[in-house]
Amino acid sequence: MQKKRLANLILIAGILSVFVSVPMAFAISDAYKGNIYQTGTLKPIDSVLKVKVGVQAPNFSLPSVSGEKVSLSQFRGKKNVVLSFVPAAWTPVCSDQWPGYNIAKDIFNQYDAILLGITVDNIPTLFAWTNQMGQLWFPVLSDFWPHGAVAKKYGVLRSSGVSERALFVIDKKGMIRYIDVHDINKRPPLEDLAAALEKLKK
Amino acid sequence: MMKKILMYLTVMILLFSAFTFSVLSANKPPEKGERLPVINLPIPKNPDERNYLGLSGSSLFKIPQIKAKAVIVEIFSMYCPYCQKDAPGVNELYRLIENNADIKNKIKLIGIGAGNSSYEVEVFKKTYNVPFPLFPDKDFAIHKACGEVRTPYFMVVKINEDGTHQIVHNQLGNYPGAEPFLELVLKASGLK
Repeated sequence: MQKKRLANLILIAGILSVFVSVPMAFAISDAYKGNIYQTGTLKPIDSVLKVKVGVQAPNFSLPSVSGEKVSLSQFRGKKNVVLSFVPAAWTPVCSDQWPGYNIAKDIFNQYDAILLGITVDNIPTLFAWTNQMGQLWFPVLSDFWPHGAVAKKYGVLRSSGVSERALFVIDKKGMIRYIDVHDINKRPPLEDLAAALEKLKK
Repeated sequence: MMKKILMYLTVMILLFSAFTFSVLSANKPPEKGERLPVINLPIPKNPDERNYLGLSGSSLFKIPQIKAKAVIVEIFSMYCPYCQKDAPGVNELYRLIENNADIKNKIKLIGIGAGNSSYEVEVFKKTYNVPFPLFPDKDFAIHKACGEVRTPYFMVVKINEDGTHQIVHNQLGNYPGAEPFLELVLKASGLK
């Protein structure tokens, strides 16, 4: 009898836990329709940074969706650079991050900064995904092969093979001035990035 | 011993579930004919926006307190491509209403930025010159109360003489343009 009661309790708990596991983060834009893969809530951070504020940012060269190769060093002495690593195409939160940056070009211009979006996806996937976002003004780079090499260099490659949701602000001298390895389940507020860019002036 | 541990675990899971379930909100959007969930918004600081909504004071208000016969609520996000694409058309809707003396004081329009901070809502407002009041919903609280709808999501709320209200129309995306949408709002709210 007691066993039965226990079994019932476990059953109820199981049913309730289905409601509890509703993911906290999601791509809410209707632009993607049913094409967003729900990852559920993930471990907030799953890597160890290999760089820190005040050091030179490791250089890299990656292919972009529009065809040309983009190197970090090409902006040296010319532009501040914001690197926006997002975990993967067609996943929640990421799909609702870059479209916001796409209408915030003024903010990047104001601080003489370029934005480089990076994921570990291959170019065709990035092409299809970013097409849903409208015309992006910033380059989208593929860190696909060798897989996640740049993410690994910066210490933002997770054990599952995707990158963290991370922002790096690099000044014109190539020095890292700001790092936000964000909870992967949440979108970093734009004002935090704007404040980091504001600090570059000082 | 094993039984005890199992029992303990079960009770813990149950308690946790009950707690989480109670703070989780609606799992579907409010339907036509239903009332809005309780949404408290800050009375705008901008006097023009306060006048537009017919509100006074500096604390919170609820949507049915807006001085109007019908309120169009758009749940949007600065980060949503469709909301961006529809923004000029929704601005046009505002102008159509404001330029028509018959309906100017009867229909009001507001936007709620799901998951958007004040800063992010301002970026959206500035980018598209949005002429009507927008409110941030940084922690998705309102979005959750409205059944975690995708964006943009439109709700038309009819406010009755006696202060009661009901939702008379709601739609996900598919914004048809200012004129057809206004026509739809007028019909749904009985203003035509």
